[in-house]
Amino acid sequence: MTDAVVTANNGDEIEAEAARRAIEEKTYGFWIGLTSDAIVFALLCAIFVAMAHGTADGPAGDTLFRLPRIFAQTVLLLASSATFGFAGVAIAAGRSRRAVLWLGVTFLLGLGFISAEIAELYSMAAADAGPSRSGYLSAFFTLIGTYGAHVSVGLVWIVLLGCEVGLRGITPFATSRVYRLGLFWHFLVIVWINIFSLVYLPGLL
Amino acid sequence: MLGKLTIDALPFYSGIAMAGALTVVCVALGVVAFITRLGRWRYLWTEWLTSLDHKKIGIMYVTLALVMLVRGVIDALLIRTQQAFAFEPNGYLPPDHFDQIFTSHATIMMFFVAMPFVLGLLNIVVPQQIGARRVAFPFMNSAGLWLTVSGAGLVMISLVIGKFSTAYWTAYPPQSGVQFNPGVGVDYWIWAVLLSSVGSLLTGINFLVTIVKRRAPGMRLMMMPLFTWAALCTSILIIFAYPALIVAATLLGLDRQLGMHFFTGLQGGGNVANYVSLFWIWGHPHVYILILPAFGIYSEVVATFSGRKLSGYAPLIYSTAAITVLSLVVWLHHFFTLGSGADVNAFFGSAAPLIAVPTIVTIAAWLLTMYRGRVQFSVPMLFTLGFIVTFLVGGISGFLFAVAPASIHDTTFRVAHFHNLLIPGALFGYFAGYQYWFPKAFGFRLDEKWGRRAFWCWIVGFCLAFMPLYVLGLMGMPQRLNRTNVADWQPYLILAQCGVLFILCGIVFLAVQIAVSIRDRAMLAVPGGDPWNARTLEWATASPPAAYNFAVVPEVHGIDPWWTMKQETANHERPRFRDIVMPGNSSAGIALGATSFVFAFAMIWQIWWLAAIGGLSVFAAVLSQTFHDRVGRRIPASEVEAIESRRAGSDALAVGVPT
Repeated sequence: MTDAVVTANNGDEIEAEAARRAIEEKTYGFWIGLTSDAIVFALLCAIFVAMAHGTADGPAGDTLFRLPRIFAQTVLLLASSATFGFAGVAIAAGRSRRAVLWLGVTFLLGLGFISAEIAELYSMAAADAGPSRSGYLSAFFTLIGTYGAHVSVGLVWIVLLGCEVGLRGITPFATSRVYRLGLFWHFLVIVWINIFSLVYLPGLL
Repeated sequence: MLGKLTIDALPFYSGIAMAGALTVVCVALGVVAFITRLGRWRYLWTEWLTSLDHKKIGIMYVTLALVMLVRGVIDALLIRTQQAFAFEPNGYLPPDHFDQIFTSHATIMMFFVAMPFVLGLLNIVVPQQIGARRVAFPFMNSAGLWLTVSGAGLVMISLVIGKFSTAYWTAYPPQSGVQFNPGVGVDYWIWAVLLSSVGSLLTGINFLVTIVKRRAPGMRLMMMPLFTWAALCTSILIIFAYPALIVAATLLGLDRQLGMHFFTGLQGGGNVANYVSLFWIWGHPHVYILILPAFGIYSEVVATFSGRKLSGYAPLIYSTAAITVLSLVVWLHHFFTLGSGADVNAFFGSAAPLIAVPTIVTIAAWLLTMYRGRVQFSVPMLFTLGFIVTFLVGGISGFLFAVAPASIHDTTFRVAHFHNLLIPGALFGYFAGYQYWFPKAFGFRLDEKWGRRAFWCWIVGFCLAFMPLYVLGLMGMPQRLNRTNVADWQPYLILAQCGVLFILCGIVFLAVQIAVSIRDRAMLAVPGGDPWNARTLEWATASPPAAYNFAVVPEVHGIDPWWTMKQETANHERPRFRDIVMPGNSSAGIALGATSFVFAFAMIWQIWWLAAIGGLSVFAAVLSQTFHDRVGRRIPASEVEAIESRRAGSDALAVGVPT
């Protein structure tokens, strides 16, 4: 028995078939995993909505949220979705350096988003509106914090996959990994649109 | 340096707790010493602990379930003994200790007996039933197992270091909040639940993908065996329901550790009802995550031991699917007493009994299969018949709970009802599956005589232990009492105590059965691989199967493909073997389990430096699996041929041996 390493130009039919199948299944499984993740966000959103009035006479969204900041965060995130798309196009065209470049841009945009989010949460906590102030703020910090954790994991993964594509070149496995990361990243953007509508808009309007 | 961990964490507070702790430590050391003495560590490591073979992972899951079953039943014995003798004087357990045992009994039975048993049987059987050589994600499978093991490890170590939760297995706030449970007990519960939930979720995703993507050519969805259907529906429920438990447990932890107000601090805006809802959004589907696989097993057993094709194959599938959907929308009937309002209660009260319709269709299909069949009363069949009779009682008692204002809520009637569903409805099914598929996994049958004895102990013990609780519930005895002052209740409690002793005998007999069967394994061997004259595809492989299950993946043209293959005239043309690529070994799964255990332990005791090390190691373990492009190791065609011709040889020897 041997450890068989499959590369893009391995002519062996059985292993190529096994690799193709593995990639197909991982993509499908990733979709299913995203379903579970979507349910986590749905439940956190539901809890937030259920606690919308549990402010314990403390500050609420209308005084805490700053429209310019939310707008900037949203623009960064939507732009990062587009740049990730460009990275995918570059991968499909077989141009690894360009792909790494676009992944780098996506990373910077995501980093900008997460910095803005941390600044927002920090300023709230500093102004006596931290997560232990009221049920409303607990729900807000947890929802936004969970979202930020997801984006951070995405950022780490962008770095790792950027390294893989840059160092090993574009293999079928690397392509599939970037594809799945793309699913994750665009999924997060969709979740953000929901958070924007459910959390920030009612507070700002 | 060690956070909240001090020498006071050792159980000097009670002789019983100390005895329990010493037992755990001694058994663990004994096992280690035994393996060392046999010099089998290397074998254990390469063949089992790091294996990515779904059959071995399944066997390890079932082993975990059986070991934890012993712990769970001992807890039950302690509970029943306390209740039987704690009339007026206090019994032998102080309330705090009684509540710990109460909580650990249910937590263990739910997360570390029932769930691993289900996932283990899924692992052993499903890939072979669908003609697959492996599961879709072998590493994720191993990770799921070891996360579950480390969760079980947390519950076990809570016996030695610190105390377990006293907030019952549902961990409702405010009792599970930091105000009434300032110790580490609830944190143990939270982390044990989180680790095993993530493990179960990974396995659920794995089996959904396996069943959807890896069926043998020709096997359409409406040709899959019932157990595979149950596995599919269970996987879907796991994927939809477990996120709710993860959210509930996490938010509870945030309330406790960071002083948030999700459920506590009513002036702060917290609302207990949110926890209760989240918990049962998972909890109700979870009942069916446990019961559907048992239903699947009963279907297989009934068809095999009646020697007939299942009557009502399609209705059985539609019923399974209907139960799956219904189970997601009736969670509120677990807490009518919370006072959610008349309209809400009315909606859920009306929806809940609907689930009886598919259940009755299912039972009718089994009865029709047996009708005019040649029923063999083997041990799996005994468990099935025992289930059908007793489950009816449990189901009918469930109807009463759909009536929101009835006074039986939160009494021992409820305890009797859900044990009535989960012992015959789930555990008997797992036992049937365990007896039925044991020869599949090991190549020899389990001893019939001791199996029968175990069955009779279990069924008698079950009836004795829980029928009195129905009566007590109607007499008004609240659940979870640690002592009573009503003389009328005591005879029933003593009766229930006798029941537990029978169940204990049942466990002992199951252990004896294994010992006897190993001793007589030559006599009980199943060289043909198909001891029951079964119908589904898992019996087409060797018993025990080769690593790759099927040397040549079969073509399927209908239900019961193995039965069809046996009827057709044997095809003596030698198949042309090809190389087979199989997953190799990986130590990352067990490393993930171990590091997550360290991480969780450090978080529980607030040892931050250790938590940081543990967290980074978890990340490293995941990372080590993420970036390799290996599809597995290749088994050359020549080796496949050698294995298969050896099997053909032993098959030839088996001709004439009655099976």
